[in-house]
Amino acid sequence: MAVTEAPKGAAVDADLPNLSPDEIKRYSRHLIMPEIGMDGQRRIKAGSVLCIGAGGLGSPAAMYLAAAGIGRLGIVDFDVVDFSNLQRQLLHGTSSVGMSKNESSKRRINDLNPHVQVDTYETLLNSDNALDLFKDYDVILDGTDNFPTRYLVNDACVLTGKPNAYGSIFRFEGQASVFATKDGPCYRCLYPEPPPPGLVPSCAEGGVLGVLPGVIGVIQATESLKLIAGIGEPLIGRFMIYDALKMSFRTLKLRKDPECPVCGTHPTVTKLIDYDQFCGIRPEPDLSQVAGATVNDWEITPVELKKKLDAGETPLILDVREPNEYQINRIAGSTLIPLGELPRRYQELPRDREIIAQCKMGGRSAKAMDFLKTVGFTNVKNLKGGILEWIDKVDPSQPKY
Amino acid sequence: MPNTIHIPTPLRPFTDKKEAVDVTGGTVGELLVDLTTRYEGLKKHLYTDEGKLRNFVNVYLNDEDIRYLQREQTPVKPGDSLSIVPSVAGGVPPEPEAKADDISPKPKAKADGVDPWR
Repeated sequence: MAVTEAPKGAAVDADLPNLSPDEIKRYSRHLIMPEIGMDGQRRIKAGSVLCIGAGGLGSPAAMYLAAAGIGRLGIVDFDVVDFSNLQRQLLHGTSSVGMSKNESSKRRINDLNPHVQVDTYETLLNSDNALDLFKDYDVILDGTDNFPTRYLVNDACVLTGKPNAYGSIFRFEGQASVFATKDGPCYRCLYPEPPPPGLVPSCAEGGVLGVLPGVIGVIQATESLKLIAGIGEPLIGRFMIYDALKMSFRTLKLRKDPECPVCGTHPTVTKLIDYDQFCGIRPEPDLSQVAGATVNDWEITPVELKKKLDAGETPLILDVREPNEYQINRIAGSTLIPLGELPRRYQELPRDREIIAQCKMGGRSAKAMDFLKTVGFTNVKNLKGGILEWIDKVDPSQPKY
Repeated sequence: MPNTIHIPTPLRPFTDKKEAVDVTGGTVGELLVDLTTRYEGLKKHLYTDEGKLRNFVNVYLNDEDIRYLQREQTPVKPGDSLSIVPSVAGGVPPEPEAKADDISPKPKAKADGVDPWR
């Protein structure tokens, strides 16, 4: 089914599926609106959306699309429901913790609307399967959470000619757009290249407001429905930025870049590539396997730190997490300076004492250590595995997050 | 008269958590220089070592991409606002090592996990 050119008030297409009396009752609030009506509802029933991910964005999107009467809903996920998902991933409930997200999604959607065909794919989307998966759907709904998959979804959408209902969330802020329509821009027109890993702060300012993916996921579902029903003005060539704290929506103009490597006039990307490599992600060498490997002199394990403290040494333990993380758990006697504040507060630290930098898992504190070395500190180590490993190996009395 | 630069969430740790900063200058480039002078820590996130704007950082003057204006030479008027729009992968920020932890051991749904008001 063509999703962009369904004209308003077109003659009834004999190929569209009919609605049963049950369905007519169920969709009556759609049917009485002339913009949708019987024809529009039949188009929605003939339509299909593939949700990449059944998480924060995929949950509200899939549930509203199902309730609205989408004919077929595909879900690509390979994850298992965890307690920490329940704060925002409404497809899953307390009773589905430990269950596959696909199974849990299917259960919820079947209950919401048994007229919807749910097809789940228990797989990681990759360059080998994306084109095959996409070709049988009208709209692809990108609810992923990492750069390699974002670029993969975009390129596969351009190559298969499928529109991408895009959404992305971070803390209190969300973004949405429709990419890769015939004449509209794609994600690469906006961001030709991904940031190198580690440069965009993520770890230090983590978390997401539970209701935020609700807003953004529902925008993605709205755009999918509009494309399929052929109504309204889709979010093509526009980039929506939502700030939940300010409760503001801003819309920026997007243009199709004629130089775009995928959708431009002379594309250089004509098949799917290795997106991990493209995003600069390489498998980490397993140091323990390297012959003669010793513990680095810039790293200390929680057990070694405990020994040091027990022996009466007094290193300064520098916790570089955020204050709210510090409230959850901490190493007794540690000093809190969040990573972002370190550049202007490092003078508070003593230069004649050993410093052990520590965060949740060791990533941010490694950056802190690198920074301190650039400003002349010589006796700095990073706590391997962060507070989580400290709790696992030394102090199991504290909660983990 | 100062112009406002909207700071996106991922860069707010470098602006004392401010979501908007008032800056002065006659062009987009001058506003950005003023911003990174006030907040030194932002510099390496916006510019390469050679002093070029990084190409995954998009800058908008009002609602228009400066790549389609005169880039950093674009003149600004009083009341114009600048937005920095970095790419955001989304979801919960990745802490890859935690992935295994998140899933296993798989906590079972316990009776005390059920909403008592149900």
